[in-house]
Amino acid sequence: MSVTTEGARRRGAGRGRPLLYTSYAADQAIWNTPAKRVWTLALLVAVLALPFYLDRDLTSLLTTVFVYAIGGIGLNLVTGYAGQVSLGHAFFLGLGAYTAAVFGGEATDDVVGLGLDMAIWLPLAGLVPALVGFAVAPLAARVRGLYLAILTLGLVFIGLHIFNEADSITGGAGVGRAPAEPVLFGVDLTTRFELFGTRVNRDMVYYILCLVVLVVLAVAARNLTRSKWGRAFAAVRDRDVAAEVMGVSLLRTKTLAFTISSFYAGIAGALLSVVVGRISPNTWDLFLSIDFLAVVLIGGVATITGSIMGAAFVVLLPRLVDELSAYLPFISGHTGEGFLSVFQLQTMIFGALIVLFLVLEPRGLYGLWVRVRNYWKAWPFSY
Amino acid sequence: MDELIASVVRGLGIGSTYALLGVGFVIIYRATKVINFAQPALMILGGYFTSLFATRAGLPFPVAVVAAMVAVAAIGALCERVALRPMVGEPPFAAAMVTVGVFIVLLIVAFRLIGTQVLTVGDPWGLSRTSVLGVSVAQVDIAKIVISLVAIGVIGVFLARSRLGLAMRATALDQEVALAQGVDVGRIFGLSWAIAGALAALAGMLIGTASGGIEATTALVALKALPVIILGGLDSIKGSVYAGLLIGVAESLTRTYQPEHAPFLGANFDVVVPYVIMMAVLMVRPYGLFGTPEVQRV
Repeated sequence: MSVTTEGARRRGAGRGRPLLYTSYAADQAIWNTPAKRVWTLALLVAVLALPFYLDRDLTSLLTTVFVYAIGGIGLNLVTGYAGQVSLGHAFFLGLGAYTAAVFGGEATDDVVGLGLDMAIWLPLAGLVPALVGFAVAPLAARVRGLYLAILTLGLVFIGLHIFNEADSITGGAGVGRAPAEPVLFGVDLTTRFELFGTRVNRDMVYYILCLVVLVVLAVAARNLTRSKWGRAFAAVRDRDVAAEVMGVSLLRTKTLAFTISSFYAGIAGALLSVVVGRISPNTWDLFLSIDFLAVVLIGGVATITGSIMGAAFVVLLPRLVDELSAYLPFISGHTGEGFLSVFQLQTMIFGALIVLFLVLEPRGLYGLWVRVRNYWKAWPFSY
Repeated sequence: MDELIASVVRGLGIGSTYALLGVGFVIIYRATKVINFAQPALMILGGYFTSLFATRAGLPFPVAVVAAMVAVAAIGALCERVALRPMVGEPPFAAAMVTVGVFIVLLIVAFRLIGTQVLTVGDPWGLSRTSVLGVSVAQVDIAKIVISLVAIGVIGVFLARSRLGLAMRATALDQEVALAQGVDVGRIFGLSWAIAGALAALAGMLIGTASGGIEATTALVALKALPVIILGGLDSIKGSVYAGLLIGVAESLTRTYQPEHAPFLGANFDVVVPYVIMMAVLMVRPYGLFGTPEVQRV
């Protein structure tokens, strides 16, 4: 086809028919309707403006959302799109965090650190886990389904052991070490500075930084899923035998999925360690992996937007329960005696929600959103 | 030599509880094609109930154990009915995640019940030792091996000989055909969970015996049963027995000899040994030692 796709789309839109696609590329575009384009832009502006109106602790909480979203997108690529269930995500997060700490952290008597710039350690924090993921992938490609889930679970336990033992890198069990120094292009991000007459504190800088990284990586992931490789992922997930018959190499596809997923996990781990501060090796355990699986499942399997929604849900839910618990009589506060502590309630609700989402809405939050969107799209008709 | 034998016996003891837990996983997997991640929580509840019935209610120990097994079996069947039955026909991974949710909820219940205390299960063996072929071994280890193997043997005979066992095997083979032959498949699911719950309760009791006692965090020990079932093959009871014993012994031998002979592997290396063995075996046999290779129709 010699027709320039962009032009064809615009003419359709110009005649008031925004949903008329005259090319495959226009149909597959990320922002394939004007409404999506407008609202995404509006949302981005709102999110950018948010930290200027929020408390510092909420800003920092939202930063954690962005970091979880990055990790969640990574897991969604391998689990949601390529269908390879991985319980080993926490291991790659830890690997990213310690790569960052080694290259970007300061050396002390106990731990090594090179003190490099963030422009160097952040990509490295993705590349090193990606390399490890690349090395592990052929192993993982041999087994399928639940065997794979347990195999990757083994990675978490072996990783925990290594993290606990490698004192000079991780600080050792129970001690931990300081994370990488956030110095970007020679500018120390932890100092306060003035921007357009407004005080910008550390939390806001982290917020903007993580948001930028998230947007870049999310768009990259979305583009990947629209590409030849993304379709190969889906083919492997849906029917691996058929995919292989059609010439999709299982080994290469799975290896790519694991490598990219580990890259995302590494970046998320590095940013998480910077946002949280001091990290103990036991952070990177099975429950962190389950958190990320919950991000994928609650958010929506095989959607990038869903991963971001899921991350927001998983990170903000404990805070919400915390706020609401003041009004529930059977919950003990931080001091008094009650039937359940806040933490126990949070964990229980979390577990119950995983069950509820899987039973009632397997497509997750994104599925709910699609239902709402379709309802209003056709309103006042029911379809 | 004595050290070696003592270590092997200890390994067989702990390995037989892994086998017990593993058989629970396998029974549920065969019936529903789901790995039950809630098994550790069922195990810890089993330990709690045994302790409750034996030490607080003052029941004789065997009665307390059976009562705990019945209680946890009921909890298991209830979980299946509430959380897992709606997942029939969904992809196995989604159902497995549901069991993770159940695990989290039950674990919090266990934390709530047990709190920070260390419970004793009131077992009659304590720390006493006995002499077998001239080597002094803890009675607890002998009890673990005997009780586990007897329990697994009973399950094996039940599956092989009884009508209900036949129905369970039929369901494992093909659910729809079993349904067509008049087997109540839903009840088989519930029964599988109940049996797995009972076995988990027994394992919880055995893990809580002697010096150990039961804490809320003991639940994580049961995760060792995961490499066991993968090593043995997800659908093989025989496999999980052999793999359980193998991993128990390997773990125990590592704990005895590794600090001396291979200190560079770090402290507590025995904790990761099951996973290392599992990965090594999966390289050679992707479906475990006794698992059925999946045949795919094109």
